Amino acid sequence: MTGSMRLPGGGRIDRSRPLKFTFNGKGYTGYEGDTLASALIANGVHLIARSMKYHRPRGLMTAGSDEPNGMVQLATGARTEPNIKATQIPLYDGLEASSVNVFPSVETDIGAVNGLLSPFMTAGFYYKTFMPSQLFWDKVAEPIIRKAAGFGKAPTEPDPDVYDHKHVHCDLMVVGAGPAGLSAARAAAATGARVILADEQAEFGGSLLTLHREIDGKPSAEWVGSVVSELSGHDEVTLLRRTTVTGLYDQNYLVALEQKIDDLTPSSPANPRMRVWHIRAKEVILATGSHERPLVFADNDRPGTMLASAALTYMNRYGALPCNKPVVVTNNDWAYETARTFKAHGAEVTVVDTRKTVPEDLGTEMAHLGIEVLADSTVTGVSGKHRVKGVSVAAKNADGSGIAGVSHSIDADGLIVSGGYSAAVHLFCHVGGKLSFDDARVSFMPATGRKALACVGGTAAEFGIAAAIDGGAAAGAKAAQAAGFKPGRAGKGVQVADDRADGNVEAAWLLPSGTAPNRSKAKFFVDYQNDTGAADIALAVREGFDSVEHMKRYTLTGFGTDQGKLGNINGLAILAELTGRTIQETGTTTFRPPYTPVTFGALAGRDAGDMLDPIRVTNIHDWHVAHGAEFENVGQWKRPWYYPIDGETMHQAVARECRAARTAVTALDASTLGKIDVTGKDAGVFLDRVYTNMMSTLKVGSVRYGLMLHEDGMVYDDGTVTRLAENRFLVTTTTGGAASVFQHLEDYLQTEWPDLDVYLTSVTEQWATVTVSGPKARMLLERITDMNLDPADFQFMTFREGKVAGLPARVFRISFTGELSYEISVVWHHGKALWEAVMDAGHDFGITPYGTETMHVLRAEKGFIIVGQETDGTLTPYDLGMGWIVSKKKEDFIGKRSLTRPDTVREDRKQLVGLLPEDPGFVVPEGAQLVNNSVKLKDVPHFAPPGLDGAPIYGRKASPVPMLGHVTSSYWSDALGRSFALGLVKGGQARTGDIVYAPLDDRTIAMRIVDPVFYDKEGARRDG
Amino acid sequence: MLLIPCPYCGERPEIEFSYGGEAHIARPQNPASLSDTQWAEFLFMRGNQKGAFRERWIHTHGCRRWFNMLRDTTSHEIYAVYKIGAPKPPAPGEKPAAAKKPATRARKGASK
Repeated sequence: MTGSMRLPGGGRIDRSRPLKFTFNGKGYTGYEGDTLASALIANGVHLIARSMKYHRPRGLMTAGSDEPNGMVQLATGARTEPNIKATQIPLYDGLEASSVNVFPSVETDIGAVNGLLSPFMTAGFYYKTFMPSQLFWDKVAEPIIRKAAGFGKAPTEPDPDVYDHKHVHCDLMVVGAGPAGLSAARAAAATGARVILADEQAEFGGSLLTLHREIDGKPSAEWVGSVVSELSGHDEVTLLRRTTVTGLYDQNYLVALEQKIDDLTPSSPANPRMRVWHIRAKEVILATGSHERPLVFADNDRPGTMLASAALTYMNRYGALPCNKPVVVTNNDWAYETARTFKAHGAEVTVVDTRKTVPEDLGTEMAHLGIEVLADSTVTGVSGKHRVKGVSVAAKNADGSGIAGVSHSIDADGLIVSGGYSAAVHLFCHVGGKLSFDDARVSFMPATGRKALACVGGTAAEFGIAAAIDGGAAAGAKAAQAAGFKPGRAGKGVQVADDRADGNVEAAWLLPSGTAPNRSKAKFFVDYQNDTGAADIALAVREGFDSVEHMKRYTLTGFGTDQGKLGNINGLAILAELTGRTIQETGTTTFRPPYTPVTFGALAGRDAGDMLDPIRVTNIHDWHVAHGAEFENVGQWKRPWYYPIDGETMHQAVARECRAARTAVTALDASTLGKIDVTGKDAGVFLDRVYTNMMSTLKVGSVRYGLMLHEDGMVYDDGTVTRLAENRFLVTTTTGGAASVFQHLEDYLQTEWPDLDVYLTSVTEQWATVTVSGPKARMLLERITDMNLDPADFQFMTFREGKVAGLPARVFRISFTGELSYEISVVWHHGKALWEAVMDAGHDFGITPYGTETMHVLRAEKGFIIVGQETDGTLTPYDLGMGWIVSKKKEDFIGKRSLTRPDTVREDRKQLVGLLPEDPGFVVPEGAQLVNNSVKLKDVPHFAPPGLDGAPIYGRKASPVPMLGHVTSSYWSDALGRSFALGLVKGGQARTGDIVYAPLDDRTIAMRIVDPVFYDKEGARRDG
Repeated sequence: MLLIPCPYCGERPEIEFSYGGEAHIARPQNPASLSDTQWAEFLFMRGNQKGAFRERWIHTHGCRRWFNMLRDTTSHEIYAVYKIGAPKPPAPGEKPAAAKKPATRARKGASK
């Protein structure tokens, strides 16, 4: 049904400002002040979406963030957003939206066939049906289910919008600007306290935007206006509209999402689309109100079904009439206001009251208005596929457990339901607040919570307006005082006309009907968004999932974008009835942030693209870019990976770079290596304690390689130590380990050995380093330095200071390639000048720049480990075959005691070995698992988790193949003319010559265990 | 995310800090003299208390100094922060420790 359902007057919309929009391609008109939801209702559109599992036609249930059904795909292209609640979209001119989860259209949807299959699609259906066969699940079931499930489509283009974050502190944060929140903020602001007031709606006022009341003789809208204007006058008050507090965390830290641009206006850094607020408040007041509950009965999801509070909001706030002939089903007094308002707009209204008796004043008033009230009655069914057509009603039997007599159908075009209100305690519970169930109010209430946190109004299950205003004022004054402000004079309580604080709610969840839900063809929906019905909860209980958390996961109650705001309490109340427990005993599931969904762009803020993470580059970086280097990320550093020329593949480039290193001369930008200056008269003693070998005996001008262990004896980092002067050492670390090694050293200095006179300074970015390596390295260097390079004088593992290319330099004779090498360090900003001088000087030698990949190959040929590649925090120096570096003389060093633990001396520990594939042309992938026998991977059964008795389930056998270890490094060696690898093998050091196997997807590779030094075992090449 | 009162810098957001595990676990003076069991006790065993807990933090992106914190592991309430080597402040409901002779060497575990 379409056509104008816009009321001729009233509401907070601006009828002078019409807005055009399209829904599912069809054009409509609404007004400024509308939401997409209210504009659709004013246009008579109720069929908005299809449900997730059964693809049932669905309409709008609510007018707020608790909406489970009315989700749309908003906007198009890069700005498209899936699953946005129509109730939370302020209408703008040119808005485009469409239904989600439909094909080909919301009216005729193919997926609706699921509804016919629904008897077979109960809770746990997917697991039971598709999991027994892994292959069927992987190849057939999962792809289809993934396609059919879910809602809207994620955008495929980059998000064009700008988002930002703001961090603020305040004395008092008030969440929710209804009567309680406004009143609390006003009382606190009057003391001079810094107050932030946030509300998810575009307008402040909360329930007073819907409820027409007189407060102290003034219309409620006027009261709201005067409070807001008073608040605006305080310099220390921040008012945030369209801002949802999505999470409350420890220490009163709140995160809020502000929607700053709702239409298609382009965003900019000065005007972001959304802003995430990080708020630290001394005091917090939660005035988040309450959520109305629906009732559970047969086919309670027909489009046209709506909460009583939502219907009232559409009429009073938006001037839109949801229907002409509503049946109002209620268990409380409050819904009568909706019935009365419908009647005032000329609708034909019937009330079905599930309570035994209707309060006399209401009964009399309804009779006077000509509204039929059926007391002590229940709903047994709803007809109408795309829109409510009729509601079947029956009288309840004497004990209320079933029906008396037969149902009769009432013609209707709308079904208005109210099951009472639940306090919105979500934020209270985010920080571990405990709830108690109040049987009189039929709601959970905050019981015990954190300090400096108060709940007022609906959040405290206080449903009267006067109580909310007075309670808010008291809480606001108290919070200001607690934050150190002097409270002003206490105001007297407000007078509110027609303030029905007690709705005389009579608990009702699953309404009695002739048929139990699991015997009925109809669906008794509890969680609309997840298509969970009362029968699913009963099934969960029958199958043993009767704890509330298990029931949630088995039936999906409370998942999704509404997080069960509508259905959770009904679900757990039904669970309580089925298990014979009270609601208090049953308890709620855990409330977790965010309260409503937050778009990823907002969370990322400015930390996107190049700003995602700091990018560190060396002083030579521009040269690498200009010379076509491919880069590798090492921590935050960009390091040249290899330098392809003339369209070379990586394999070709690396082979060429390796050949140059073994036959001519090469250069590496080694600036990223971590460097720590260790100074002080106890520096030598300190280094003796943190390295496995002796450092205090090092002569000035000498360099020593060292290993650092953690206290557990496992290798943690490696590098060199150079004694620059008697009390001054330079320590190098791995590129990725620099920061953590520095912190590790500081830890011991500050907390274990504060008596040592040692100072640590990170100098990584003070020195740029160029490594010149290869047989012609000396010939090259001679051209740019006056230093004596005679190897008899400038020996391996020593260092010199002097000038290179006219620049003050430190030159170290260290080799990670096995070739004659000089590591030349200059002041950081001289790095590029040094590099270019080296390149110029080496031009006629064919100098070749090389990257990290070639570095890895060259060092692996020499059997040098890379910490973090060969090691993973579970290897001792002995496991690596590096017992030679562990001092026997030193009484103690970090990790020493652990090297004699029973576990670290086991002979079957994984140990580093060299591996040569029997097929010398094949490079085994790194990470390949190693086993003893030549098994084929396809014959190895999939891993299957064991059942309760320990036996594998689903008839499959668990893997019987014992793992020996894995390949840690694997390359093609240009120097060896074959492939080779390093790996870890259990007890491998005693297995030289044995064959082990790497089963791969399509073949199994035999590999021979060999010594891990593949090239120049004698070390003859290091002096050139 | 906590707001942590660094004893040297004042209140700073948690992202500036790194966690260092349980406090007051002193590295043994002479590890070689310990049995495997005693060494394992030092190396692996931690209290993992519920409630008031003494732990180490470092202001990594600030003064880079280590300090101790007394924090409730359920509510995350920070009861106290104190410098390395300083006496332990009492946990809520706990009697203040009797004044002891200051340790000759300030260590991670002035006393356990």
